[in-house]
Amino acid sequence: MFKQTLKLTFVCAATICVLALHSHFNAAEAEYGDVVMNEFSDAAGMRPVVFPHWFHRIRFRCKVCHGDLGFAFKAGGNNISMLNIIDGKYCGACHDGDVAWSIENCDLCHSGVPNTPTQVHHSTAQTLMTPIEDKGEAESSPSESDN
Amino acid sequence: MAMHKSKFFQAAVMVACSVFLAITIMQRAAADKDPNAFNRLLRPVAERNAPPDSDGIHDPAGYGTALLQAPRDAFGVMPKSVSGNYVNWSRAISEEIINPRYVISNPDANAIVLDLNIVREVKGSMPDVVYPHKQHTEWLDCANCHPAIFIPQKGANQISMAAIIMGEKCGVCHGSVAFPITECRRCHSRSKEAVQP
Repeated sequence: MFKQTLKLTFVCAATICVLALHSHFNAAEAEYGDVVMNEFSDAAGMRPVVFPHWFHRIRFRCKVCHGDLGFAFKAGGNNISMLNIIDGKYCGACHDGDVAWSIENCDLCHSGVPNTPTQVHHSTAQTLMTPIEDKGEAESSPSESDN
Repeated sequence: MAMHKSKFFQAAVMVACSVFLAITIMQRAAADKDPNAFNRLLRPVAERNAPPDSDGIHDPAGYGTALLQAPRDAFGVMPKSVSGNYVNWSRAISEEIINPRYVISNPDANAIVLDLNIVREVKGSMPDVVYPHKQHTEWLDCANCHPAIFIPQKGANQISMAAIIMGEKCGVCHGSVAFPITECRRCHSRSKEAVQP
């Protein structure tokens, strides 16, 4: 009987160990080059937009968006609104249900943590201008950097 | 009744042990609990290219977050690098692992590539910079850089590491999407001894 208890305890403990370690390693950080855009989102009651550069550059060369579509090389520097997008400008040039999925999938773009300021995640300027914080604090208070 | 009690006791011991172990592990897992931990401030390899629901800027409560691809799923086939996305993007194109479109709705359009190296002799002790138009024009159009960021004329551009760090000149891309300035040797690549008579 005692042996059985011991066995069960070990199984239980091992499961909890795995879960605890998993939750620890899940406290990760966003991808280099991810752009958070929060020019209008918070005020409109939407989550800020997270634009994954890495995903898009696998499919398009920089020139397509930054040349043909006129995106300036600056986070928050394009005055992108849903009106622009439904008129086929900026994101709307592809996210039209033809080249890429259409704008009714609000939550695929508007997926950021509310109140995250506009920024390029992990940019050198952001890293240098943001003091190193305690990991727990860093998660709850996103950087104020504007780059 | 005695049997029932002993079962209850077993369960209680089990739960108590588990809770104790969990608390111990959680405490140890918090890196700052061990003041002498190895690479205390370095991001662990296991946390690189994290999936959106655990990357800290996507809201796990959002409906779309779970549908988004995890970077590490896409990067498995890519040539590796030591910083940024930990992907060598220019090799990914030159080795034809990816073929990003050059024109929105034409997957067959080829990039207009200019094969021209510009050598910039630098003032300090660092090796000179070799700027390859080839790798850049695979991704970009001439008008992306000229003339707003770089005047297309020899000697007309003042470039400093300070400007780059602040996100100007090369730093418009290098340090936000292209490989960051910590990869010194990828630009400072021509040794000064090699060109001295």
